[in-house]
Amino acid sequence: MRPTNIQEPEYFHKVVDCQHACPAHTPVPEYIRLIAAERYAEAYMINWESNVFPGILGRTCDRPCEPACRRGRVEEKPVAICRLKRVAADNKGDVKQYMPKGPFKPNGKKIALIGGGPASLTVARDLAPLGYEIHLYDEWYKGGGMMRTQIPSFRLPEEVLDEEVGYVIGLGIHTHFKHRVESMKEEILAKGYDAVFVGTGAPKGRDLKLPGREEAGKNVHIGVEFLANVAFEHIHKIGKKVIVLGGGNTAMDCCRTSRRIGGEDVKVIVRSPFKDMKASPWEIEDAQAEDIPILNNMPPKEYVIKDGKLAGMIFGKVRAEYDENGKRKLIPTGEPDEFVEADDVIIAIGQDNYFPWIERDLGIEFGKWDMPVLHKTTYQSTNPKVFFGGDAAFGPANIITAAAHGHQAAVSIHLFLQGKDVLADRPAPKTNLLRQKMGIHEWMYDNDVAPDKRYKVAHTDKRKALKNRKVEVELGFTTEEAFKEAERCLNCDVQTVFNTSRCIECDACVDICPTSCITFTTNGDEADLRTRLSAPALNTSQDLYVSDLLPATKRVMVKDEDVCLHCGLCAERCPTAAWDMQKYLYSVTKAGAVL
Amino acid sequence: MTYIKPIFRHPLLPKNKVGFTKKDYEGAISTLCAGCGHDSISAAIIQACFEMSVEPHKLAKISGIGCSSKTPTYFLGNSHGFNSVHGRMPSVTTGANMANRDLIYLGVSGDGDTASIGMGQFVHAVRRNVNMVYIVMNNGCYGLTKGQDSATADFGSISKASKTPSPFQGIDLVGLAMEMGATFVARSFSGDKSQLVPLIKAGMSHPGFAFIDCISPCVTFNNNKGSTKSYSYVRAHNEATSLLDFVPEEKEITMEYEEGASKEVVLHDGSVLLLKKLAPEWDPSDRLSAFSKVQEAKASGEILTGLLYIDLESKELHDLFGTTDTPLNTLREKELCPGSEALEVINAGRR
Repeated sequence: MRPTNIQEPEYFHKVVDCQHACPAHTPVPEYIRLIAAERYAEAYMINWESNVFPGILGRTCDRPCEPACRRGRVEEKPVAICRLKRVAADNKGDVKQYMPKGPFKPNGKKIALIGGGPASLTVARDLAPLGYEIHLYDEWYKGGGMMRTQIPSFRLPEEVLDEEVGYVIGLGIHTHFKHRVESMKEEILAKGYDAVFVGTGAPKGRDLKLPGREEAGKNVHIGVEFLANVAFEHIHKIGKKVIVLGGGNTAMDCCRTSRRIGGEDVKVIVRSPFKDMKASPWEIEDAQAEDIPILNNMPPKEYVIKDGKLAGMIFGKVRAEYDENGKRKLIPTGEPDEFVEADDVIIAIGQDNYFPWIERDLGIEFGKWDMPVLHKTTYQSTNPKVFFGGDAAFGPANIITAAAHGHQAAVSIHLFLQGKDVLADRPAPKTNLLRQKMGIHEWMYDNDVAPDKRYKVAHTDKRKALKNRKVEVELGFTTEEAFKEAERCLNCDVQTVFNTSRCIECDACVDICPTSCITFTTNGDEADLRTRLSAPALNTSQDLYVSDLLPATKRVMVKDEDVCLHCGLCAERCPTAAWDMQKYLYSVTKAGAVL
Repeated sequence: MTYIKPIFRHPLLPKNKVGFTKKDYEGAISTLCAGCGHDSISAAIIQACFEMSVEPHKLAKISGIGCSSKTPTYFLGNSHGFNSVHGRMPSVTTGANMANRDLIYLGVSGDGDTASIGMGQFVHAVRRNVNMVYIVMNNGCYGLTKGQDSATADFGSISKASKTPSPFQGIDLVGLAMEMGATFVARSFSGDKSQLVPLIKAGMSHPGFAFIDCISPCVTFNNNKGSTKSYSYVRAHNEATSLLDFVPEEKEITMEYEEGASKEVVLHDGSVLLLKKLAPEWDPSDRLSAFSKVQEAKASGEILTGLLYIDLESKELHDLFGTTDTPLNTLREKELCPGSEALEVINAGRR
């Protein structure tokens, strides 16, 4: 293999699995260390800079970082990254003083943001301090978008949402609430904005047309609409017996909301097997803890109407079979259909985008499934003035993805309005490597690897929680628990940096490495090298760090990054400091300096 | 601050025949200087014991005094251990071995512990052919007392402490062991585990005194220019007699080598030591040829490493004494004192 080029910003970035997996590339280990040091405000600000909504995401994020966490590969469970983020938000104190303060010197350019959700708010946060005049349009009376309409208050209290949306709006954003944009041409483009950002999400819940749907009428609800109606207090009650169709997070929110507004016998019924359900495991767990059974392998067949009113639904019985490509087929088992009683049915089987309000003669090209044609890096549409982000760009994802889109769209808009090339002139990410050594056995980070298992977050007593949909279920870590959980972080951003010219090949690093990551051997191609290391290197998604040729023995140093604990023992045992622990800070490209 | 090794290991660590991973053969974290050759030898011992599927409770590690003799703390934490008086490791091991012949004995010593204060003990353990592996972690200096030249420092070698070339002839432990009739003599280098690990395994399979003189650079006091026991000097002057492979009894030898290019040495327990790319004019089972080869290398300034001599007819101390197969420490009064009737019979036979 060729020697690893550690100057390439993505190499060490990939080693920080959590940060790399985060769509917004939040520097996770950096803020976890600050939480351990009780520096909550700084931890919060690092998050705010990266993902704009630390308090919201600390409760509701899909947590792509956690399955990626290296800790999950050396013991049972990853670090509770998401819940630690919330600790920073809960204990931050007054952070307004650290945020950019307006009024900002106007640069004479006007931008319209359509939709008040996380993507638009991120664009607003990034561009307002640069002097843009920003106009935000949303159909509801407050900002937040799907964070307000689709996430129930027992998971995300309104105060938290209002606070973080408020930080952005407070930067001097011109809001046009209760204004549903019906025509891109007349309401937006005609007003002469210099650029337009579309962050309208995937607002349309899918219906399920089966026999009896018409007659069932108002007792059948579309999941996202149901949640919005409950949030805006248009719906206060639901029947005692409720069926929720669907296996995603919206279904989990619908069933748990139902339990709080009159639903006593609430069931989730899914046509696929349990393991294929799209909902996050923790959302499923929380639903089950509220006495909500999940019935699997039961596709709905028809709505049953008795005396002109919905009485329940009939379900078939299937089993799943998978072909070699893992493609699933649901095969009827031949068992008789099952009737399940219900007063109300909630359909949460997916969401779609909705663009009839964008006229098709504006140069904005639409492609497959009526989705806008966009550049994957710049989010620019075929009309150079118009940018998309969040669920409106590539279909439903999650809040953190929307924030990531928002940052990149903001970069593009800023470049575009300066007359620069949105792709070629894009700045590189900022990176920094900093030595951590303070003494023979002393480092600027706590390199002792805590053996603790993942800590659990306490929940509100169930009876109390089910009585009021506004009572938050998760209580969050106490600061003591947070410290202990933070200590589980392996500090993967503190990189093992190898200097070939200093190495005397004494093998001390090989001998001390607890997880057998380091090998000195003759070079070969990657597939071959992976079979000849101190321990099997079967995880090909993790790189091998290969040194230059060592002059004395013509061997190379090969480090499998997979289960490195970043404990620094290789560097402590190295007599010549050929190994060094250096903190790598990777900061994703942004429109301007936020902090 | 790290004085504790993290508890986590590679999740795919292989298990050996007795169900242990390498972790089960580790000891406490080393407090020796960073980069010390001794730590590599400790790691080689761990590797060898893991590969040999030694049950940790069936091994005793015994040492004297010095940097080398601290190392048993850093390997085989689940085995028996005895840290004895300076230079007295051979005698303590002899005693232990007499009492319980069922254990594997691993003696760890240094150049001071063996070639100075313990010289008298060492030579007698050799000539008695005590069944043990005797490893000298040889760095040519007294690291624990700030690096003065030791008795194995080569003539003309310069250490950081002495700053002047050593005026004395160094004691060649390999030559001495051969002279005293050792039945297994090897030299190795801490920086070459591919050689050292098979040698330790072969030593454990050898019935009798298996001597391994292992050059182990002292990074702090004797890894400088002018030293003949530095990493770079040893690498530059190392002449390996052969590449080594240890094949346990139950495994078949599948590799084939040109005639003359390899030699199989069948050890007492049926396992095989495969010597590849053998120096052609040399036969490790011929004491004379080994002796002259060692002397030749010495004269030409090369450091000859590998298995230098092995006596395939070796008889260890218990065989020489004809002691019972049952370890003496398990013999109870019933066996040791057969009663007055038996005594009468013996006495009658003497009349």
